[in-house]
Amino acid sequence: MSAPVIILITTAVITVIGIIVGAGLVFTGKKFHVPVDEREAEVRECLPGNNCGACGYAGCDAAAAAIVSGEAPVNVCPVGGGPVAIKIGGIMGAEAEILERRVAFVRCKGTCEASGLQGNYVGIHDCRSAALAGINLKNCDYGCMGLGSCVSVCPQGAIKLIDGVAVVNRNLCVACGLCVKTCPKGLIELVPESKHVAVQCQNRDKGPQVKKVCSAGCIGCTLCTRQCQFDAIHMDGNLARVDYEKCTQCGKCVEKCPSHVITPPCPVRKEA
Amino acid sequence: MIRLLLIVILNALISNVVLNQFLGICSFLGVSQRIKASASLGGAVIFVMTIASAVASALYSLVLHPLGLDFMKMIIFILVIAALVQIVEMFLKKKSPSVYKALGIYLPLITTNCAVLGIAIDNIDKFGYNFIESVFSGFGTALGYTIAIVLLAGIRSRVDETSIPRPVRGAPIVMLAAALMSIAFMGFAELQPVIEVALKGVGQ
Repeated sequence: MSAPVIILITTAVITVIGIIVGAGLVFTGKKFHVPVDEREAEVRECLPGNNCGACGYAGCDAAAAAIVSGEAPVNVCPVGGGPVAIKIGGIMGAEAEILERRVAFVRCKGTCEASGLQGNYVGIHDCRSAALAGINLKNCDYGCMGLGSCVSVCPQGAIKLIDGVAVVNRNLCVACGLCVKTCPKGLIELVPESKHVAVQCQNRDKGPQVKKVCSAGCIGCTLCTRQCQFDAIHMDGNLARVDYEKCTQCGKCVEKCPSHVITPPCPVRKEA
Repeated sequence: MIRLLLIVILNALISNVVLNQFLGICSFLGVSQRIKASASLGGAVIFVMTIASAVASALYSLVLHPLGLDFMKMIIFILVIAALVQIVEMFLKKKSPSVYKALGIYLPLITTNCAVLGIAIDNIDKFGYNFIESVFSGFGTALGYTIAIVLLAGIRSRVDETSIPRPVRGAPIVMLAAALMSIAFMGFAELQPVIEVALKGVGQ
């Protein structure tokens, strides 16, 4: 066969196969069309689309399906965060109120200086291992161990150890909750981003005992609870706790606290 | 029958598609983090490869070879296999949602997997199989892929729990594990001459 003939045959064969395949696709597409919830496509549009799986679903399509079926909350996507959640909330209707971005917050102020070190720890550099062995690095039994398990687990690099206490960078935090699960002392919680006023201590002992081990701890004096006009701060045993739903960020409790353990309304930036 | 069984064994173990021929490495390393997911992927690969081998073999012997277009098989196979997987995906979505749920997200991934195309071409070029043999060869190859990826996923789930030297954490240790598996699978190479003799003995 001469070259032009081969070229012609090849083109013809490819064209015919292409047409058959295309027709087959169109036909099956029509015949086996599965009606999809319109909202699913819209929700999928809002999601970032990088299929990272951080939400726990197999990609953005699966997450969109889960949101539409009501299986997942509208703010399931940690990458898109607030803006995406608001958009999806708009599509899904009613559930738009639960959308405020949350950030991780470490409830301890016990720096190496405030709560002195017990000794020189040379074991595995991991809070969980140390906690498992019953070791406390600082004098306080409740506080941050300062070995940085949360730092290494944070996918965003949002946690830093400053003077032996983990500090969260609120701008970088995506509220994935990994640090919350990791901290052996249960010190980290997710708080609404706009709520800055929080008791930065987890020590449940009585006042004198707290004073002995840490100069920055909550001594359970109850001054703050009496100060609050909005009934937003309560005693949980010997520890004051802020009710974030009621708190209006007025900052009166902050002024009154003798051990300065309540964080101020609009925090002074102290990131290194 | 015995011949078909031997073809399956040959393709699944002795010339394992991943560990011996190094095809489909991308998904092999990518989707082997959890045993369940890799088993689903393996199931989808078995499904696709068996069908793709059948269609490719039929297309070759009925259309391409008679017209003297052997050189076009790669392009046409890509075209046909990709479309075929799409059609199968749509069909499953409608007719069998449970299977679609188990395999669904992996089917598009496999559409362009080099292992699928590789075995479709190998069936013709390397082995010269007929239609039925091609189907079994495709099935065997995919079975080998599934064995390999599930084993690697098992190894990885163990590796994740152990303390590994810092320089080889993450991707490097996976490569090392895959390399050691590949060496282990070389043990099957001793069987190759035996199987080849047996294949000749059994005849067509």
